[in-house]
Amino acid sequence: MNFLKRWKAHIVIFFAVVGPGFITANVDNDSGGIYTYSLAGARYGYALLWTLIPVTFVLIVVQEMSARLGAVTGKGLADLIREEFGFRITFLMMLALAVTNLTNVMAEFAGVASSMEIFGVSKFLSVPVAASLVWLLVVKGTYKTVEKVFLFACSFYICYVISGVWAKPDWLVAAKATLIPTVRFELGYLTMFVGIIGATVAPWMQFYLQSAIVEKGVEPKQYRQSRIEVIVGCVVAIVVAFFITVSCAATLHVAGRQDIADAADAALALRPLAGEWASYLFAVGLLNASVFAASILPLATAYSVCEGLGFEAGVNKKFRDAPIFYWLYTLLIGLGAGLILLPGMPLVQVSYLSQVANGFLLPFVLIFMLILSNRADLMGRLTNSKGYNFVAIGTVVFLAVLTLVLVAMQLMGKA
Amino acid sequence: MILYLSEFLGISVYDSSGKKVGVVSEVAARPMIHPPRVTMLMLKGSNGHDERSVSWNQVDSVEKDRVSLRITRDALSAPASDESFFLLRKDLLDQQIIDVNGRKVVRVNDLLLEKRAGAVGVELMLSAVDIGLRGALRRLLHGAVPKVWLRHLESNVKENIIPWEFVDLIESDPRRQVKLHISHKVLTKLHPADLADIVEELSPKERQALFIALDDVTVAEALSEVKPRLRASILESLGIHRAADIVEEMQPDAAADLLAALPEETTTELLQGMNSEEAAEIGELLEHAENSAGGMMTTEYIALPHTADAASARSLLRSIPELPEHFTTLFLVDEGGVLMGSITLARLIVAPEGQILSTLKSEPVLSLFEESPEKDVIDLFDKYNLLTLPVVDQQRHLMGVVTVDDVISVLNKSR
Repeated sequence: MNFLKRWKAHIVIFFAVVGPGFITANVDNDSGGIYTYSLAGARYGYALLWTLIPVTFVLIVVQEMSARLGAVTGKGLADLIREEFGFRITFLMMLALAVTNLTNVMAEFAGVASSMEIFGVSKFLSVPVAASLVWLLVVKGTYKTVEKVFLFACSFYICYVISGVWAKPDWLVAAKATLIPTVRFELGYLTMFVGIIGATVAPWMQFYLQSAIVEKGVEPKQYRQSRIEVIVGCVVAIVVAFFITVSCAATLHVAGRQDIADAADAALALRPLAGEWASYLFAVGLLNASVFAASILPLATAYSVCEGLGFEAGVNKKFRDAPIFYWLYTLLIGLGAGLILLPGMPLVQVSYLSQVANGFLLPFVLIFMLILSNRADLMGRLTNSKGYNFVAIGTVVFLAVLTLVLVAMQLMGKA
Repeated sequence: MILYLSEFLGISVYDSSGKKVGVVSEVAARPMIHPPRVTMLMLKGSNGHDERSVSWNQVDSVEKDRVSLRITRDALSAPASDESFFLLRKDLLDQQIIDVNGRKVVRVNDLLLEKRAGAVGVELMLSAVDIGLRGALRRLLHGAVPKVWLRHLESNVKENIIPWEFVDLIESDPRRQVKLHISHKVLTKLHPADLADIVEELSPKERQALFIALDDVTVAEALSEVKPRLRASILESLGIHRAADIVEEMQPDAAADLLAALPEETTTELLQGMNSEEAAEIGELLEHAENSAGGMMTTEYIALPHTADAASARSLLRSIPELPEHFTTLFLVDEGGVLMGSITLARLIVAPEGQILSTLKSEPVLSLFEESPEKDVIDLFDKYNLLTLPVVDQQRHLMGVVTVDDVISVLNKSR
């Protein structure tokens, strides 16, 4: 009894510190993220670990900017873009966001499909069931109660930390690879780099986090606490990414298995911890991550798009009052799930490529955020510092150059 | 003739000699005249620079594709930047407004300008705002496709416009709000619950500006209906003096609920700033736990001596300037203030003149103690189908009344 009470108290404390920043960071490690980090480890071993250090800075800077914009202006990112840049630019941005997020939704359902395949459940059963479940969960308004369960189940990521250690990776090599950058001018390597950035600093997160901060009613006064929480969330997300990559490098890459075709392959990384049970453990974790993200992503997208274009939105509204919102939301889930059901859809590849798409969209979102968070009339005393602008502008330029290089390599490769 | 702002911006302006001097870049109006009339145009050279302004009385004619001036190019003045001008593009296009008829916050897609022959020449009135798909389509495609196609497309979409008299402007700067003569008077006619919904959609700064402009009674009523989470921050943003005035106007039970959510210091300061009688009442209510009968009750009720007759009771009621909210029941007390029973208003109305009140009372005489948990309150309301229930202290002195709307609020909270 006493034990139970104490345990309960711990849970209460846990959820008390949990806020928008922490939730966003955890949703960030979704199906697309898990598969991307796994592929990075399996294909390139420890070679890409160093990218996580600059990516950490970028993630913190970008997330903090979102939170600050939300706290100071009290408005969502899509709202601000619309008010400051007009209809046409907003429309293009929202279109790009909707398409990119659709690929992310596909990645979530690919996660559902591949994880349930381990239990021998066909995707033709698991995906439609998951899609209906997610749709109902949000429309019926029961999501908030389930959110805590999802979040708690995210402690599954600890398995990667343990497994990563038990796999006895060559820590010296890993440390060296983390601290000393190595760059290879190969199409695959550079694409993976974009994928890692896109998986970690996903554009939809900025929209989601800013709205969540506004929704929570964080004001400049209480903003300090939110900032700490955002930074903690970012660090947790990166630590998880680091250990997923290390586990895969120490197991798959070392064993010479450089490609991950399905969930069973990716699950091998958990073998040092769970042995024969590795695939089941992985499946449960991936399923949770996928459904968690699938309940947030389509909703966040529909909100952002409607907010920016000025259509009524909200699950507390009737269908008649917000038809575009509901249609968009339903379409994202229906299309995302439906496309995964096409025969021969490469599930892991879809998840990975969705993160690359994120990486391509990110500089555009960042440009808007940069302009907005530097405006003194909007932000008052809380405009960006020089260091922030340096990191953010650097990221934009770097991603733009990387994208151009990739396109050029693609063209030359084909020609 | 109706002109759309999205198309009016960018049309060519010619001077009296027929030479092109630039394009329209902004349209200014004086908002105190209803509907607002365009009083000034801002021009931009074709190269995007060279800004000029021209006041409306120097405009000779307005056609669909051109504006002609009465003056020559050299007589144009430098751009005027007067904050009391209301700029249609900057202040209205893409911004949010309150649709008073629809009772919600909407985003402006386009503006409709009506060209009329006025007393001194042609006039341009702001007649309506477009918040629908038609305006969105125009914003997106204007200039990108031939106008004929656009008009054809538009005719397939339902128009969704709000006439200007039902538009209320949102301005987050209180000083500019005064300069622009935005009074929000139309909002005072809304039901407090509708006004609360609107307020919840706004950003904190906009909310603050709105509440600064509205009168105490309207703010007090709306504040009781706003989400509890927002109430405290709104009140604090208005400053202690204004807050005290507003709390004074609130129903005592709503005021007590509100103050319970504030830091103790603020509460004390507020109570000190209030008229002492009301402050004492609220202070007493604050003593009770929020989820007890004492925390739910209001102290606004009408109690009469149980020995009085119907005629004197009725004449007494007529002499009360302001009857309590949801007045359905009268309470009977003895000389010491001990609860003797209650009678419904309906019974009092139909009773013969000389009938003694105590013979009219409802049976059984129900009441609750101040400490009774809210579950007991709900059970009694449910069992006896009550609208009101008196609350007494240990000596059965009447202390307050719980009304059915408070019970519904509690039930709704736990749903």
